[in-house]
Amino acid sequence: MVTAFALTGAPSLAHLTLLDLAVIAIYFVMVIWIGFYLKSKANTSEEFFMAGREMTAWIAGLSFVSANLGSLELMGWAGSAYQYGILAAHWYWVGAIPAMLFLGMVMMPFYYVCKTHSVPGYLKLRYGQGTSVVAAVSFAFMTVLMSGVNMFSMALVMKVVLGWDISFSIVVSSLAVAAYVALGGLRSAIFNEVLQFVLIWGGALLVPILGLVETGGWSGLKARIAHNISVGLIPAGDYTHMWHSMGHFSDNPMGVHWTGIVFGLGFAISFGYWTTDFLVVQRVLAANSLRSARMAPVIGSFFKMAVPFIVILPGLLGLVVLQNSDGSLMRLVGENVVKANPGAGLHSFNEVLPLMLVRYCSPGLLGLGITALIAGFMSGMAGNVSAFSAVWTYDIYQPLIKNNARDEHYVAVGRWATILGVVISIGAAYTVMRAQGIMDYVQALFSFFIAPLLGVVLMGMFWKRATKQGGFWGLLLGTLTSIGLWAWVKADPGALKYVALSPDARDMAENMYRALWSVSVSMLVTLVVSLFTQARPLAELNGLVYGATKLPTEEPVPFYKNEWFWTIIAIIVFFALNIYFW
Amino acid sequence: MHSSGLSIWFFIGILLTIYGAMILGYGIFELVTHHTANVILANLHAPIWWGGLLLALGLMYGVRFRPGRNGK
Repeated sequence: MVTAFALTGAPSLAHLTLLDLAVIAIYFVMVIWIGFYLKSKANTSEEFFMAGREMTAWIAGLSFVSANLGSLELMGWAGSAYQYGILAAHWYWVGAIPAMLFLGMVMMPFYYVCKTHSVPGYLKLRYGQGTSVVAAVSFAFMTVLMSGVNMFSMALVMKVVLGWDISFSIVVSSLAVAAYVALGGLRSAIFNEVLQFVLIWGGALLVPILGLVETGGWSGLKARIAHNISVGLIPAGDYTHMWHSMGHFSDNPMGVHWTGIVFGLGFAISFGYWTTDFLVVQRVLAANSLRSARMAPVIGSFFKMAVPFIVILPGLLGLVVLQNSDGSLMRLVGENVVKANPGAGLHSFNEVLPLMLVRYCSPGLLGLGITALIAGFMSGMAGNVSAFSAVWTYDIYQPLIKNNARDEHYVAVGRWATILGVVISIGAAYTVMRAQGIMDYVQALFSFFIAPLLGVVLMGMFWKRATKQGGFWGLLLGTLTSIGLWAWVKADPGALKYVALSPDARDMAENMYRALWSVSVSMLVTLVVSLFTQARPLAELNGLVYGATKLPTEEPVPFYKNEWFWTIIAIIVFFALNIYFW
Repeated sequence: MHSSGLSIWFFIGILLTIYGAMILGYGIFELVTHHTANVILANLHAPIWWGGLLLALGLMYGVRFRPGRNGK
């Protein structure tokens, strides 16, 4: 039962027992079973791409959060928490909650009432084909590319943690995702995402619980961090406050300022991702009613606020509990340091979560923790390929290649697009493996499209005067602004003081301000061009624009089922958390 | 979730039940044989209470959303 087991014999952090392997194998059997079971419920395009619009608020809400909760998200932010402290939680709170609530309460009625199948589909209805195609092509391209990058990163982690061969990890996980999404469509992806969400919590929650027991609770953890700083074991810094050190770029290790966090992250990046990235919006569009569609992001917001407990807290605990074999405090380092010192037994920041799993989890529990990481990866990948499949079929293939085919034809195209998406992702993964420097560029590429899209969608949804030409040029020039600013800083690092408003700003701050510039330009261009071009008649904007849409009246429900009640509760919890950890 | 088929909560119930039984079983094995794994806080016997919790949740969902019941 406690026999060490590895697939390649390569050195690894964890040694799985047969019990752990059984836990992982059962998970794979279950996801494939779900795919086969749901195949009979994915016969029409509405069923395959939109899950028949039958999801309850809870299922849509959990799937909405789960599609975002990839394993890299788990391990990467745990590593960031080890490096930067609780500042990393900004990406879960101010960087998510306001946008999620805004999507549910303000934007969702328009997405839902116009019955669009996708975000580019909304742009087609609002601005016409040109803007829609630009958004669809960029989204499809970036989605599969990101999926490949994540696939490679996950395989790399599996190699480090478990000693698994990279190709083995890529092929097995890709085949499983391709099978269950191609078979059961969005319904299968959503079912599996909910399952994966439960597994992530079941597998990862034990780590912070045992970690807090070991350190004597939150106050004990803070005391041990302070002690370790005072004796020079960890770098000086404020690891347990979120806003104290945000007064100046040089006051915190992230090199960010509160204006960047609030306006760049909290508005441009967060609203761009949570309200216009079809990967997450698709889950909410599958809801069974407008009330469910509005409630889903609200439900998701509570779980999003809780995620730092299983991601950020283990990173902080790692600062004080991880030890070398000789009993000294273990110091994690950057990937570049690990690569520069092969054989030195160093571990990178991103390995903090697996290291914590190995520290506390006995056979079975370790398998569950590893399954949680695999589940996280697969939910993210399934989200990517199901969104790719829908956008390819509805927003590229149907309008540009074959317009009047039968419904079954589009379902078949969707199934093949799913497989194609996985194949391209695998190709991207191997490309990245050969030239790992590409990864930095891919992250930047993705950010090029999100912020300007937000500007154009917001202008279209809340300003009746926005025109087709305004939307197109707003999206195009907003994107070019983002690319231009990025290239400017690459060519001349001194430009950072203009782009991010300070020479002390660092990479994360640059991303935030670049997004803010980009969304501002896209909105301004949309505004100016629209004022000089012909607006559409008001009657054509019904269901698309605030002030021109008569929203359906919802049946009254008790207060505890009302989405506004839970939105207010979410806002109170959000402020309470930020104030408590101020 | 789907009135004419198996609910996602039923699938979750099955999986948690299996995992709970496996982990609880290992925890009992550890307790009986005193053959504890080399992990920190092994004296807390996490596999027993965590496995038990998973098993209880799994059974609850499995029964509540079993086929034939129109559970949402």
